[in-house]
Parts: sequence; C-alpha cells; structure tokens
Amino acid sequence: MAGKSLVLWSLVLTGCNAHQSALAPFGLEARSTLWLTIVLAAGGLVIALGVAAIYVVAARAPEGKLTHESGMRLVLWLGAVVPTVVLTALLIWALPAMRPLPAADSDLRIRVEGEQFWWRVTYRQDGAEPLLSANEIRLPVDRTVVFELTATDVVHSFWIPGLAGKMDMIPGRTNRLVVKAEKPGTYRGVCAEFCGLSHALMAFDVIAMEPAAFDAWLAEARVRPVGQPRERGAALFAREGCGSCHSVNGEQTARIGPDLTRYGERLTLGAGILAPTAADTAAFIRDPQRFKPGARMPAYDHLPQEEALALAHWLKRNGKPKTPEARP
Amino acid sequence: MTDERRKWHERLQVTLWTLIVPPTVWAVHFLFSYLWAAVSCAKAGVFAEFPTLFVIGTVLALMAIALSGWIAHRQTRQRGDPPPHEQGTDIDRLRFLAKSTLLLAGLSFVGVLFTALPVVFIGDCR
Ligand code: HEC
Ligand SMILES: [Cu+2]
Repeated sequence: MAGKSLVLWSLVLTGCNAHQSALAPFGLEARSTLWLTIVLAAGGLVIALGVAAIYVVAARAPEGKLTHESGMRLVLWLGAVVPTVVLTALLIWALPAMRPLPAADSDLRIRVEGEQFWWRVTYRQDGAEPLLSANEIRLPVDRTVVFELTATDVVHSFWIPGLAGKMDMIPGRTNRLVVKAEKPGTYRGVCAEFCGLSHALMAFDVIAMEPAAFDAWLAEARVRPVGQPRERGAALFAREGCGSCHSVNGEQTARIGPDLTRYGERLTLGAGILAPTAADTAAFIRDPQRFKPGARMPAYDHLPQEEALALAHWLKRNGKPKTPEARP
Repeated sequence: MTDERRKWHERLQVTLWTLIVPPTVWAVHFLFSYLWAAVSCAKAGVFAEFPTLFVIGTVLALMAIALSGWIAHRQTRQRGDPPPHEQGTDIDRLRFLAKSTLLLAGLSFVGVLFTALPVVFIGDCR
C-alpha cells in the first residue's frame, strides 16, 4: 500500500523524467528523502489549513464565547507543546537518515573523477586490478557501493538524483558517498556545481543491474580485449595520435580523455549529451567544440568524413553490449 | 526611600540573572557541542562518539536550566495583589521577569535537547 502510493506520487510528480529525478527514487537514500519530503509537505499543508480554520472559528465566534484563558491554553498547546513534540519526532526520524550507510572494506568501490567536462570512472574491488571506464556508471542493486569522489581541475559535484544526495568533487580531496541502489534500470546523473562552459553538458548514464548480471559484466570487462591492429580504424587511431589521450583495449595508460575500451556499449556520447551513433561520433571527432564548447579535445576537422566514420565504426565495435536487459 | 530603592535593586538583579541564565547555558552548550565536534573531526579525524564528557555537560546544562526555571516559577508565585499582574509596581515587574525566565528556561531546555540529538544520531564527520 505504502509502496504503491509512493509510486503513484512519483508518477504524478515526475511526468516523463523518471530516469533523473529525486521524485522517482531507485536508491535507499533518495527513497527516504522523498518520504521525508512528502511528509513535510503534507504536514505543512495540514498546519496551514488548521491555522486558517482556527482563524475562521475565532473570527466567527459570538461575543463573549472565547475567554482569555482558553486562548492562552491554545497558545501553550498549539504554540509550544505540539511544535516541540512534532519537531522532536522529525529530528529523531530524520537524523539517522543523515548518517552515512556503513560500508565494509570488501564493498565495491567506484572512484569517479570529475574533469572538464566528463567523468573518469574506476571500479575497484578486493585487490583485483582496477577497471577503467568513463561517462557511465554501472552498479549492482541491493549491495552497498562506495563512491570515492574527487576532481582534477575545478570543483564539480556528483549527483544521481534518483539514488542519493549530491556530493562535491574537490581537487586534492576524496569524498566518500555510500549508496545502495534498489531498483534495476537505466538512470542519469549530472554535474551539480558550475564548472565551466559546458557544465550543463556534463552528465552520465547510470545502470543499476541485478547483482549476478553486474558480476558477469565486471568479470567480462576485466578481460582485456585483444586489439585488432590490422583494422583500418586502429591504424587511423594510431596515425592521428588519439592514443595519447584515449585508451583502447584496456591499456589504461592514456588517461587525458575518456577511456574508449568499451565505447560500443555506451548509451550516450560526450558525457550524456548525444546518442552514440557512428554519424554523431564521427561529427564529434571532427568538431567537439560544436557539441561541447570548451571541451579539452582538439578538433580533427582535417579528417575526411569517410575516415572519421571509419574511426567511429571501429570504436563502436569495442565492447559490444552483452547485457541486453540494461539497454533502455 | 533609600531602603526602598536598595530592595528594588536587589530584586531586579536577582531576576535579571535568572532571566539570562537559561539562554546563556544553552548558548554555551551549543558552542561547546559544535566546537567539540569540529575540533575532534579536524584534529583526530574521527567523530567524537558520544563521549562521557558530552553527556555530563548536557546533563549539567539541563539541570542548570531546570533550576533557574524552578526558581523563576517560585518567584511568579510570590504573594501580592490578585491578577492581572500588569501594573508598574515592583511586585508585578518581578512577576513579569520571573514569568519570562520560566518561558525562556522551557525554550532553552528544548534547545539543549535539540542540540544534543545530532551528536547522538550522527556518528560521522561528513
Ligand atoms: C588532447 C587529448 C585528446 C586527443 C588527442 C583526442 N581526444 Fe578524444 N577526447 C578528449 C577529451 C578530453 C574528451 C572528453 C570531452 C568532453 O566530453 O568534455 C574526448 C572525447 C572523445 C570522445 C567521446 C567519448 C565519450 O565518452 O563519449 C570520443 C569518441 C573521442 N574523444 C574520440 C577521439 C578520437 C577518435 C581521437 C583521435 C582522432 C581523439 N579523440 C583525440 C581528449 C582527446
Ligand atoms: Cu562539472
């Protein structure tokens, strides 16, 4: 019943933006925050209506009906005792929700570094070799996940509205955000701190997966793909020096730009702003500034369209999606 | 005349004291709680988890406030003319200050409790 009404509320309030809204939670913290919000809003409404009703009654009461003493008693109860009790109850309810979730050392850690204007993502667990990725975060539902958040250039802020509150990413500092996703699906996160020209074009996809599917994905992603250096795209990639900024084949050596090892499985291009079609990828390679002013990637407008497309097709073959349930 | 004035002074001093005691205790407790948490987080790197000193300090603060509230309550009960106590007389002035002290003590009591709750419930520096 409670769950149903919550879903109903969410539907009414979110319209069609259920993948990026604090009103359509898929995580523990966002869910309890939504409850608090609903209770506060409803409570505020009740109080406002109650005060209005008392006002009407008082204004219409016949002469001599209201005594000074009953008025003072009303002030004592409704002005002091009831607010104190209500505020105490709210404090006792809300304060534990502010307490960070407990996390064990064995929990999955996802390090996310904010850059102008994209996200470097590193999965670490149990001493296994870290896995590098970008602009997309996958996490298992019903498990505690620790985000380690930092930035390399300016202050950014990491916010997945449906999952938890936002957390600043500050250069030289690592902030921890412990979360627990509860509902599998595809969601979206954003940068919530103005960080430059393309701040508003700095988002990422969030894919909450069933634990078994996530484990399978992680294990598979950890297997370094065998490069196909003889392909035309690979040759172009080498010739144009893309490899000085981007890693492919899981080398994790070039880290200036987003890791492109599993680019083919991405849901978006350019940190959540475009569909990752071959045509748009080619257009992005030839002129990143057109889509993202201030982006730290040089334009390759000297590349003929045909070569840019060849590159795009080759990139898109990297890490083809093998988890169909995660596709929107 | 001189005698009268001395008595008046004495009484006012006493009630003014009880008037500012509860909010002052509240303020000190508030400041102490926040400084304690901040210093512990900054210097030791860990949240000062429910330390005995904090419990003692909170109980002492609550007791001081309750005591001044009780004294004030006694003073509102001083014998004199019947209500309403709204004249510019010494005894009415005293009653007014005492009543104010009592109300402030109630507020401060709740204030100290509300300040202490986060310390109990939040166990982390973040
Ligand atoms: C100077 C370093 C640099 C070089 C060289 C470079 N890039 Fe980039 N690239 C970046 C950065 C930085 C971004 C992130 C831009 C953003 O979203 O703000 C990026 C983004 C991309 C993206 C989008 C990635 C995503 O996650 O959506 C693709 C695709 C891409 N580059 C392909 C290429 C190709 C192909 C080449 C070679 C022709 C190349 N890049 C050369 C720095 C570089
Ligand atoms: Cu940003």
